[in-house]
Amino acid sequence: MTALTRPAAAPAPRRRRGIRGGRPGFLTYGLLSAWFVGSAYPLWWSFVAGSSDTTVLTLSYPPLLPGGRFFENAAEVFATIDFWKALANSVIVSTAITVSVLFFSTLAGYAFAKLRFRGRNGLMLFVILTLAIPTQLGIIPLFILMKEFGWTGTLGAIIVPTLVTAFGVFFMRQYLVDVIPDELIEAARMDGASMIRTFWHVGVPAARPAMAILGLFTFMTAWTDYLWPLIVAGSNPTLQVALSQLQSAKYVNYTVVLAGAVLATIPLLLLFIVAGRQLVQGIMAGAVKG
Amino acid sequence: MTDARPASPRTTLTLRQRLSRADVKYSPYIYVAPFFILFGLVGLFPLLYTFVVSLNDWDLLSGPREWVGFENYATELADPWFWNSLFNTFSIFLLSAIPQLIAATFIAAVLDQNLRAKTFWRLSVLLPYVVTPAAVALIFSSIFSEDYGLVNNLLASIGIDPILWKHDTLAGHVAIATMVNWRWTGYNTLILLAAMQAVPTDLYESAALDGAGRVRRFMSITLPSIRPTFIFVVITATIGGLQIFTEPKLFDATTATPGGAYHQFETTTLYIWNMAFNQDRFGRAAAIAFILLVIIVLIGLVNYALSRGIASNETKAAKRRTARRLERHRAETAAPTAAENHLERLP
Repeated sequence: MTALTRPAAAPAPRRRRGIRGGRPGFLTYGLLSAWFVGSAYPLWWSFVAGSSDTTVLTLSYPPLLPGGRFFENAAEVFATIDFWKALANSVIVSTAITVSVLFFSTLAGYAFAKLRFRGRNGLMLFVILTLAIPTQLGIIPLFILMKEFGWTGTLGAIIVPTLVTAFGVFFMRQYLVDVIPDELIEAARMDGASMIRTFWHVGVPAARPAMAILGLFTFMTAWTDYLWPLIVAGSNPTLQVALSQLQSAKYVNYTVVLAGAVLATIPLLLLFIVAGRQLVQGIMAGAVKG
Repeated sequence: MTDARPASPRTTLTLRQRLSRADVKYSPYIYVAPFFILFGLVGLFPLLYTFVVSLNDWDLLSGPREWVGFENYATELADPWFWNSLFNTFSIFLLSAIPQLIAATFIAAVLDQNLRAKTFWRLSVLLPYVVTPAAVALIFSSIFSEDYGLVNNLLASIGIDPILWKHDTLAGHVAIATMVNWRWTGYNTLILLAAMQAVPTDLYESAALDGAGRVRRFMSITLPSIRPTFIFVVITATIGGLQIFTEPKLFDATTATPGGAYHQFETTTLYIWNMAFNQDRFGRAAAIAFILLVIIVLIGLVNYALSRGIASNETKAAKRRTARRLERHRAETAAPTAAENHLERLP
């Protein structure tokens, strides 16, 4: 990204390879290909094993191609856990969290970036400091409270603790502070627009690219969460919790477990195919906190 | 809005103007308030309340039974299983963070070239990131299975005895670290790649003119330039790594309590979970959670202090060095022709 705005470099008198030399050679592509195989193989292996019978696990040399039993194994997955309900729960939970985080982060981020008010810097510093605090460690009291309210076993209990994130506010603020010219807001105000109208017609349209990235990562984080749903979900598990129940028995049938892992990976794999570029750009823009 | 203009400069403000002023004055607070209220309720309050719970003998059915002061802390600090969990946490963290950061830096340097199909390679390193930790744990639990696991099968075929991934402490830690590394290396690679791309090509050119080889350029230009990003990656990896739960929880499902038959990969977060949700000792679980919180915040502060110290000492020197080198380089190279200029600019 920055490469595009960089002033053109002076030409090198000799062709060089390696760091910013000329075109990289076979070694580079060979290395990257090997790395790609390592990245993809565990996933491919789970598809190969998940579509075979258990004898595949005893072979000294694993087959490279999938077997023909994927649907049988998948049927066993559906018989063991309520896959579709868990999938629906995950969709509802992740969507609700994403909508909430986007709304509150954009609103607060806009105020921090573009509006003047007493205490702004102090409050922003507070937001930044809380970035370094692992709020996930509050699970003990959170669970006690949910139990007290009788919310355990509901989707609301899974959603509530991540309705807002400090990171979301920080991220939107960082984006909006540069992207909206102050004159634009002043112009809208001159035209008699109220503060909320200015936010809606100037702030939100400008924030859209950042909202897309923040939304993508918030959705993924909510989707992959395991610890908190495991604690409060009860009879209403998310996909990750249901998936883990596949191997709770004394005897673990790994071909079925792996078929389940493949099934559970499909939604995010589809997201990756559709929005992979945005994920890459988001990470490279410093969009994400691990 | 002509009707809003005052009739004469002297008259008192109209209602509309007063509303408008109140709008300007109070709107910002209304916009940030929902965040602070919700964050306070579901983020900060539970953290502080963790401390309160930790001072009680607390079980789920009866709630707080007895105020015990710091007894839970004393019990934990004297409990070998607590120290065992800390050892496991740090061991797995180091086994994942160190190889992962080295690999990520290396792959990022490989990606920081004039590659063909650049986007494809970037996507390819990120692929494991879309597999959720629970799925990763199940997949690798099978791969590292002791009887019929992929790894032990391969080892057997070249005549090596099977490794007891689920019974041996170090082997278990390596297996769990492998899961973490598999999922996160590509992600960190892209962050470091972004930092590397911000290094001006001029710097590499002039270093090359001075006769610096590929390795030398990497060591004395790339690495110092990406240091701030590197520290950011280390800090986020620490916060996440010290709370690792899903992978050790699901690595071996055959034991009565997760974390291994001998608690040999029971991390601190897993220990907290067992203490609260299997043993119903919420006071002690809260005490452990609070200790872990303090440890993570302390490590964050140390990281911050270290990076500040390094930054203040070295950025000035580095900036001077960079400026000198750029100046010399610009003086040495003739103005590029338009065609060459265009070629260099191609992605």
